[in-house]
Amino acid sequence: MCMPRIQIPSPLRQYSGKQASVDVPGQTVGDALAGLVSQHPDLKRHLYTEDGKLRAFVNVYVNDEDMRYLQKEATTVNDGDTISIVPSIAGGCCPAIL
Amino acid sequence: MLRLSASVYLSLREHGEEIYPHECCGVLLGLFGDDGVKTVSRIARCGNTRADSPHNRYHIDPKELIRIQREGRERGEDIVGFYHSHPDHPARWSPTDLAEAHWFGCSYVITSVEKGKAVLTHSFELVGGDEPDKRFEDEKIERF
Repeated sequence: MCMPRIQIPSPLRQYSGKQASVDVPGQTVGDALAGLVSQHPDLKRHLYTEDGKLRAFVNVYVNDEDMRYLQKEATTVNDGDTISIVPSIAGGCCPAIL
Repeated sequence: MLRLSASVYLSLREHGEEIYPHECCGVLLGLFGDDGVKTVSRIARCGNTRADSPHNRYHIDPKELIRIQREGRERGEDIVGFYHSHPDHPARWSPTDLAEAHWFGCSYVITSVEKGKAVLTHSFELVGGDEPDKRFEDEKIERF
């Protein structure tokens, strides 16, 4: 069974027992994330919407690749792989002029 | 409170001046103290992917953030916040800044850059339990 490492961003560590990374079993990204929220149920509402979809501002990378451009949650993972959860960072000073 | 050295403070303001009239952006790296004080040891400049509207929008590529985070881990540092500039606009968070903020507990530092010169630099901490109740609170900057 593969054991990828999931990197937890600082705003979510209060829900992962303060751990900055968690090793979870899983053959795919979806399996690994499911394992993560199984171990740490409080993370679920911060990662997923009520209908079970990953929140739009939550980016998930497998090593250096955005899973959206791979096979999404069906992306396979191997031992030694790192899954990074990265909430988006954006903003701007004022409304766009239309 | 956000603690940062004079050189870090100067660096993030200079970045805003260099990128004017566009918005600059970057990452604050350092440590979270047990007392709630964040101490910044260095900044990491980032590219602004909003080439369509760089004068009033910024976005950091998550891939760049992952690299910065990995390098920070190797140095024993954490991401404690982000900074960006407001060209010819106040150093206060905007509705867009709040809508796009998701790093709870982190600092969002904003510098107003007027006619190419950095004026005010303010910090705001993103607080709240979840998206519906998130808000920015004014945060004191202590320079050392």
